[in-house]
Amino acid sequence: MARLNPWRWAVLGLAALYFLVPLGASVVFSVDVGDRVTFDAYSRILGTDGFGDSLLLALELAAATIALVLLVMVPASVALRLGAPRLRPVVEIVCSLPLVVPPIAFVAGISTVLKWGPEHLARTPFFRTMVAIQNPDFPVVLVLAYAVMALPFVHQALDAGLRAVDVPTLVEAARSCGANRTQALLRAVLPNLRGALLNASFLTLALVLGEYTVAHLLGFRPFAVWIVDISGAQAQMSVAVSVLSLLVTWVMLLALAAAGGRTRTTSRG
Amino acid sequence: MTVTTTEKATAEKAASVEFRGLRRQFGTTTALDGLDLAVQPGEFLALLGPSGCGKTTALRMLAGFEHPDSGEVLVDGEDVTRVPAHRRDAGMVFQSYSLFPHLDAVGNVAFGLRMRGVRTTERRTRATELLELVGLADKGRRFPHQLSGGQQQRIALARALALRPRVLLLDEPLSALDAKVRLTLREEIRRLQQELGITTLFVTHDQEEALSLADRVAVMHAGRLEQCAAPAELYGRPATAFVAEFVGTMSRIPGRFTDGLVEVLGRRLPVDGPPPSAADVDVLVRPEAVGVRADAGSGARVAATAFLGAATRVTVRLADGTEVKADLPTHEAAALGAGTEVSVSLPDRPVLVADRGR
Repeated sequence: MARLNPWRWAVLGLAALYFLVPLGASVVFSVDVGDRVTFDAYSRILGTDGFGDSLLLALELAAATIALVLLVMVPASVALRLGAPRLRPVVEIVCSLPLVVPPIAFVAGISTVLKWGPEHLARTPFFRTMVAIQNPDFPVVLVLAYAVMALPFVHQALDAGLRAVDVPTLVEAARSCGANRTQALLRAVLPNLRGALLNASFLTLALVLGEYTVAHLLGFRPFAVWIVDISGAQAQMSVAVSVLSLLVTWVMLLALAAAGGRTRTTSRG
Repeated sequence: MTVTTTEKATAEKAASVEFRGLRRQFGTTTALDGLDLAVQPGEFLALLGPSGCGKTTALRMLAGFEHPDSGEVLVDGEDVTRVPAHRRDAGMVFQSYSLFPHLDAVGNVAFGLRMRGVRTTERRTRATELLELVGLADKGRRFPHQLSGGQQQRIALARALALRPRVLLLDEPLSALDAKVRLTLREEIRRLQQELGITTLFVTHDQEEALSLADRVAVMHAGRLEQCAAPAELYGRPATAFVAEFVGTMSRIPGRFTDGLVEVLGRRLPVDGPPPSAADVDVLVRPEAVGVRADAGSGARVAATAFLGAATRVTVRLADGTEVKADLPTHEAAALGAGTEVSVSLPDRPVLVADRGR
């Protein structure tokens, strides 16, 4: 580990100030009434209608998005690495498109497609599908949208992980040990991508918990939307909610790290 | 170290291997151009050749990682060309370190048994047994990044042997190691191969490795087999000019072929092998066969000397500019400094010839 010389301390201090001062101010504001400390604002949140539902929905969406995006991207990335390494730039560009297309435009596109349901598909079985993916209890359409939005981050994380291991040799070694292709992927490659999978999950989780635009415009109410909805009512509570959402995200990230982090071998490849 | 009875069992099912007319093109380059080669059961065969000669491609075809455009691969007379890699029953050791980084040594060796669904206790026993065989019984709990390169390759060897394969494939397993380790591991591989009696193919570009290890050496060039013979024969009676120059050191001395004899360095010597087609030929000589002694006025001079230990390699530039290499006992070579005028002689034996400039 590098030693911390005065310059590094200075930069670290500045960064800490930049992040911690607003956070600290928010916390102080949310617990300070006149001249005494009270956690009233926080306890009121828990009682407010929709807190549990929206948080649960956000977590479910996050879990589903992580599962979907990893199920698609892991086999794809490994196959790309083994079969067509020259296509990597193409895939990289495709995967970074969601960063270029603004979420507003993305939502506009999704809304248009969703409108095809009643307009063109009303007489076909697809109509039921269109309705089902917009079920407010669990809007599959949001999972699909988030999976696309998470692509750039997931791709970067997986790509870095795959570059750190010699995938072709590992697969061939596993195959010569009698493993078929699926076993080679599951038993020889995936365990060595644990760090990358964890990173991809982190980024996706953070993205989904904080996403507002798409969910709001499509009319769903996960945690981020709920926060904005209720924060109009009362200044102190809105700040308390923001602080709380930050804490929730942190706790989730820590939980994910703990779940995947029996870090015996992730230290070095 | 002793070999357990279960290990001995592999010897009984040692397989023969045969390549028949293997061809393979990658784009415009031809990796294999009709390779025919047969390996006897229990034989240690080295595939030797310069890089790009197709030796690794041939090995990978036997492992099932490459597929020929035409031709077939036979193991024990059975065509395995279409059999997928994981059912080939071939253990392989790779050039790069190929241990699974997330598994310890025992886990790595037991990997194949796990794929076969062998029970945990049984495969642990077997893995420990194999680690003992490669002399790393005490390193079972270590992870690959805690082991040296030589140790990693030993474990890779144990892993390749774990499933009692019918053939063992070694793809330049020593080339990433430093010189000392390479030597000891080389002997280790030979010892294991002889104890287990397993049919082994060993790919290398290092002729010394091939000659010292293998029962027979197959020299490949441009996707074809040049010669497959025992090391001594390969060295003493190379079938082609390519083999002659690739295996060991050879000097080419211009000569003239007339009336069934070659005129070279002022002597007329018989030809070893078929007579050449043209009159202008190159005579191929090994450095140890060349005699050199001080001889003022001969026109040939010592260009350089290199101390090799017991012998010294003297490079002589003949009057016509040809360079000839000769190995002399160091005490004899001491008198021959650079610039000394010398004469060069050949023994009274039939000589190998090649057409001038190939």
